[in-house]
Amino acid sequence: MRTFVSEFKIRATAKASDLPHRQFIRTSLRGYELARDRRKGAFQSWESARQAAAETKWAAVNRLDDHLVSLTARLEARGTKVHWASTAAQAREIILKILRDKNARSIIKSKAMTSEEIHLNDALEHAGFTVVESDLGEFIVQLRRETPYHIVFPSMHLRRGEIRELFQRELGDAPSDNPEDLTMVARRVMRQKYITADVGFTGANFAIAETGMISITENEGNSRLTSALPKTMVTLMGIEKVLPRFADLALFLPMLATAGAGQPMTCYNTMYSGPRQPGEADGPEEWHVVLLDNRRTELLADPEQRDALHCIRCGACLNVCPIFRNVGGHTYGTTYSGPVGSVITPHLRGLQEWKHLSSASSLCGACTEACPVKIDLHHHLLQNRRNAAVGKPAVLERLAYKILGIVANDPKFWWLAKKAGWLSQPLHGLVKGSALDPARAWTKTRDLPPLPRESFKDWWRNRK
Amino acid sequence: MTERENILGRIREALQIKAPLPGSHAAAGAGAQPAGEPPVAHARDWLPAVGETRAEQFALFAQNCADLKANFQRFASREELRAALVKIRDAEQWQHLASHDGELTRFACQALGLPTLYTDQGYDVQALEKCDAGITECDVLVAQTGGVVVTSRSTGGRALSVLPPHHVVIARQEQLVPDLPAAFAWLQQHYAPDYPSMISFITGPSRTGDIERILVLGAHGPKKLTILCV
Repeated sequence: MRTFVSEFKIRATAKASDLPHRQFIRTSLRGYELARDRRKGAFQSWESARQAAAETKWAAVNRLDDHLVSLTARLEARGTKVHWASTAAQAREIILKILRDKNARSIIKSKAMTSEEIHLNDALEHAGFTVVESDLGEFIVQLRRETPYHIVFPSMHLRRGEIRELFQRELGDAPSDNPEDLTMVARRVMRQKYITADVGFTGANFAIAETGMISITENEGNSRLTSALPKTMVTLMGIEKVLPRFADLALFLPMLATAGAGQPMTCYNTMYSGPRQPGEADGPEEWHVVLLDNRRTELLADPEQRDALHCIRCGACLNVCPIFRNVGGHTYGTTYSGPVGSVITPHLRGLQEWKHLSSASSLCGACTEACPVKIDLHHHLLQNRRNAAVGKPAVLERLAYKILGIVANDPKFWWLAKKAGWLSQPLHGLVKGSALDPARAWTKTRDLPPLPRESFKDWWRNRK
Repeated sequence: MTERENILGRIREALQIKAPLPGSHAAAGAGAQPAGEPPVAHARDWLPAVGETRAEQFALFAQNCADLKANFQRFASREELRAALVKIRDAEQWQHLASHDGELTRFACQALGLPTLYTDQGYDVQALEKCDAGITECDVLVAQTGGVVVTSRSTGGRALSVLPPHHVVIARQEQLVPDLPAAFAWLQQHYAPDYPSMISFITGPSRTGDIERILVLGAHGPKKLTILCV
């Protein structure tokens, strides 16, 4: 039977031995790192900014009920329709109902990881709607019928030649493999779609409790157009996106840009506080905001890991993670990959099925260091391992440690074990790494150094 | 029970147990945040430095625009502004413009003397899509980032600043604010509690790096952003 863990292992082995792929990803992320470090260096104090961002998120998440009440009351006061969804299925139902009520046929989407989380595109297509992703990277992976490789850079695994072939096959248009030409193909395809789509769909980066706003960060302008032209706008956001004050954005917007893409500021940071208001020139007649729980409240109920809800989805922890860099984004098999994905997926989808992600870590702590809101990521990976072991103990492992305890505590047993080791190590060479080897998982890629003939204890006793 | 009550109920139950403060590594249940000023109150001291004087701040704004590949020009008089606008019009062979009602935009459109679509009272989207440039005013210019702030109320709606391929912003020198905290404070003072339905911080022309992380301008929004300050 194929399980999530066996699939993870198969994909990880394949990607880790694909050296050109690893090289490609590493080159790309090195460019990111240089830009990010330069932008971080421009801050007068990046560390103070991180601490303030962490404290602001702490204040937001630890009074989430009050903030959500304030946010939604203000949104509703200006004509926005707010919906609450406990589960992914409820969120899909709410969105489908809005589309049916509006007699919609076509939907233009800007990037939203929450929509990946609830598998919205499948549900919409299944129900007969036409959905087009407008973010270039998302559009590319949609044409390939793939999930995003990375939460911020969805198509970073593809080379220009592959994208050219894709555009030729799917769109019949690709003058060259020059990134500029390819981008302009997507621009032409998308222009009329913004104008003719019945519904514009967006995600959310931040929500402001104080003023009742949703803030959306993007570089391309696709989200601006998505929320300007169609008659109906639908926004899906996780309940944890709230910030207390409008002024908090003065810190969070540049931090998201710096940590996420090494930019001083993302090109468009837009705050929406309602549908088209009286006297305004354009904008949607209706705006629906769907708040998604989908087990975020279970993560909230764990005070030890509650800070994982501080995540602003910048992707910085993915970019610096040695595991992500070697196994790639698709290997995880999750919506959110990399360290933060390994931390939250067990909460969102079940600990025992997804605990293996917490072991796919070197515990180097680069993720924690990179996180702009100071989530204690690598400790949470350890806590997941502990919680998984408490919930479902590994019987053989426990037995092995029990035997080790007995042997190590008794000088006679210990002496016997040493002798047995000396005698059997030469024989191990015959089966090392093969199916007969009991330690195969470890020894197939590693050597055990030869056991010394003389132990430290013997040396101490025999020294002159 | 509605889903709203269900979700709020689960949140309230979860928050019965306190979480440790960030960076404390304390056990669960440790302390509440001290009351007082919000954590971002001193953001100005940590964000990138902007310089003390207006001259330094204008120099920084110009430098940021250059980095962002936005075209920034400053003029001593309206006559100079007029000449610069005509020069861009002729270089790019503009035929149709879009704009909104405003003191500076009226001056600019008069200077350009081309058929102009005004978006204020509603407009035909296909006609706007065919315009060569969108000419708007702005609320503030932000020295720290090289950005401009536009809104659905003050600058002709949501689409005018993103649909045409060239966005031209006409601003007054005194609209420059030093940093992001100042820009947010300005918006709050100017609009609260009745904010425009859209407020957008535009920092450079539309861009993408989705193909091999190589920068391409004009992904969906304007390929060019010109900021003319008089």
